[in-house]
Amino acid sequence: MTQAPPRSTRSTAIKALRCKECGEEYDLKALHVCEDVCFGPLEVTYDYDFLRRTVTRETIQAGPNSIWRYRDFLPVTSDNPIDVGTGMTPLLQANRLARRLGLKRLYIKNDAVNMPTLSFKDRVVSVALTRARELGFSTVSCASTGNLANSTAAIAAHAGLDCCVFIPSDLEAGKVLGTLIYNPTVMAVKGNYDQVNRLCSEVANTQGWGFVNINLRPYYSEGSKTLGYEVAEQLGWQLPDHIVAPLASGSLFTKIYKGFQEFINVGLVEDKAVRFSGAQALGCSPIAQAFEEGRDFINPVKPSTIAKSIAIGNPADGVYALEVARKTNGNIESVTDEEIIDGIRLLAETEGVFTETAGGTTIAVLKKLVEAGKIDPEETTVVYITGNGLKTQEAVQGCVGEPFTIEPKLESFERALERSRTLDRLEWQQVLV
Amino acid sequence: MAVKVLIPTPLQKFTRDQATIECNGGTITELLDALEQAYPGIRARLCDDQGELRRFINFYVNSEDIRFLDGAGTVLQDGDEVSIVPAVAGG
Repeated sequence: MTQAPPRSTRSTAIKALRCKECGEEYDLKALHVCEDVCFGPLEVTYDYDFLRRTVTRETIQAGPNSIWRYRDFLPVTSDNPIDVGTGMTPLLQANRLARRLGLKRLYIKNDAVNMPTLSFKDRVVSVALTRARELGFSTVSCASTGNLANSTAAIAAHAGLDCCVFIPSDLEAGKVLGTLIYNPTVMAVKGNYDQVNRLCSEVANTQGWGFVNINLRPYYSEGSKTLGYEVAEQLGWQLPDHIVAPLASGSLFTKIYKGFQEFINVGLVEDKAVRFSGAQALGCSPIAQAFEEGRDFINPVKPSTIAKSIAIGNPADGVYALEVARKTNGNIESVTDEEIIDGIRLLAETEGVFTETAGGTTIAVLKKLVEAGKIDPEETTVVYITGNGLKTQEAVQGCVGEPFTIEPKLESFERALERSRTLDRLEWQQVLV
Repeated sequence: MAVKVLIPTPLQKFTRDQATIECNGGTITELLDALEQAYPGIRARLCDDQGELRRFINFYVNSEDIRFLDGAGTVLQDGDEVSIVPAVAGG
């Protein structure tokens, strides 16, 4: 690979990389930590005066039907970003789920149908690989719990970049196959995600590859802001009262917050206090534990949960997610694996959305917060569903019953129909009628 | 105790571009003293003004995060491998 200096072919608002801890600034290169001072995380800074002058609701609406309609707020310079139709996923008014829970206005931001690989990761990867190409990388890589590997491999294939991804060796079959099909090199590491991540931090030092969530992380993570922008635009250019999102590294959560703040800052929406609540699985809940105990630091944990996509025991942005939840008067809660499965089923049965374990976690936490009186029924609440249930079928296998097997005869059908009305579905199993 | 220490790229300017060094120390704290002696300036990058390990640096002893062991007091044995890794990655 060669790393050329960034080329700017059009006027952009991006200014520099800046350390979130000490404020040290760096050039817009492939670098994720404050290497000269404190090792804090770097974040892209923008010229908001420039954005105020150049961006309006109309210029955004005239853009493509993808995340690239918000290109001026994203850390890329090229005229032709990698656009595989990512973003602008449905904001579903969830009336049946709302009634079930006792809420008045509930929306589902449905990234279970994001393109091309059915999770929110397509947003961050589209941005990261566009930036990787600008920086001259020919090989891209990532440390992944599954969804990111799917997305990196797919979008790298589309962009003609070489790809090598690292995953824990115990991932769900759908996530492994959904990576292999794009023909990247796949390293299944015997260890948990935190160990994969650490290995990749060391590999990133030596191979000269663009790791989307390591040395390209400041660019990559900005892609999640589009989940804030889209909700604001889809609500008619206004912000909700409360959002609930899953917490893994904590990055998504903080970037939705940043997205809302930027829209306020540039004058695209009216200023408004939005409460941010986060969801974790009890078997991997380092941020929820810190929230509950009033700590401002995270004690890492060793994950043990079916919610593998959010099983990060040592979350890089955990402290920032804590800050956001606290300063917005939100909450961070955790739920058991059983509650997660119930959450998946509840969303499917009430809204027709089949989500994976992370989404089950988020729905279960939504329910818990409502029951505890921590979400006001009057609040306009948006729940972020970030991944698709077809990828984690193992999680609900055995919980959904079996179809009736019937003879191709009217009589057989009628007998089966009668049974379906009298028996619970889990009791139908394997019944030949 | 003689241990092997893996140095991340941003700190290799202190270690004369060596990615791996041999060093002595009975604990992580003692190891930091020895590192500072051999490579002046490196401690200020690893520890904050109060002398605590910076929160965005992770230390691993034989692949185990020292926060699961005894933190800076974690005891080192001859032949142990200590990795110093920037914490901000992933997700």
